[in-house]
Amino acid sequence: MTEAVTIPMEHGLLLAGILFLIGLLGVLVRRNIILILMSLEIMLNACGLAFIVVGAHWGIADGQVMFMLILAIAAAEVSVGLGLLLQVYRRIGTLDIDAASRMRG
Amino acid sequence: MLELGLFYLAATISLVSTILAVTRYNAAHALIYLIISLLASAIIFFLVGAPFAAVLEVVIYAGAIMVLFVFVIMMLNLSVRGADLERRWLQPGMWVFPSILCLALFAEITYMLLQGENLLKGEVIGPKQVGIELFGPYVLAVEIASMLLLAGLVGAYHLGRRYLTDVRETES
Repeated sequence: MTEAVTIPMEHGLLLAGILFLIGLLGVLVRRNIILILMSLEIMLNACGLAFIVVGAHWGIADGQVMFMLILAIAAAEVSVGLGLLLQVYRRIGTLDIDAASRMRG
Repeated sequence: MLELGLFYLAATISLVSTILAVTRYNAAHALIYLIISLLASAIIFFLVGAPFAAVLEVVIYAGAIMVLFVFVIMMLNLSVRGADLERRWLQPGMWVFPSILCLALFAEITYMLLQGENLLKGEVIGPKQVGIELFGPYVLAVEIASMLLLAGLVGAYHLGRRYLTDVRETES
């Protein structure tokens, strides 16, 4: 039991934080809708990573349960997001999100 | 100590491929790097003692959700000069670095398989415990997630209809 080398929780959380920041930066900087959706996926995955690392550190299964809920949220979000993307592309003819700035019916 | 080395290698691959995914100009190339990042995350899940989550990450995230992106990129048909673009994509510079990252991940998982049971010294939480938790205290969350998925299904079907623009234009 003494030689059991476990991965430090802080480093896993740090990795999750950096991944989340990269995803946030992608959402803020990129103007392609596909890339924005991918950055949202990166952020959700970073959240799941944080849950898994903390759950593994405390030895409980709740982290993985939360990860599965995040998975369901990501699946629902990406399906609706890609449907919106297709509609935007059919109406405007481009994937530039700045072109879709007219909020009229 | 080797477990730690594997963790840091997978973390490095994850960070590098995520940064590359966000900074690519081409959506298909970004998708490749994003898939590598998710595979690296799956290896990290396996290393911290969550094999069920690792399998779900590969099957659902890197499999199903990324296939959705692939289909949408395919449906949009962004390449007018398709063959020309394809020839430019298959230049060695485009696929060599993703292959190197994939090979590093493959080497990690080969090493883990050859090590067998000795590698996971920490506490492993298997699918059985997760299932007991999921359908015990968290059963309400499962129901809410199912309703969310149904809402996502209906929304995606409604938004994906081809004649949605025509309907709206005739109404107005």
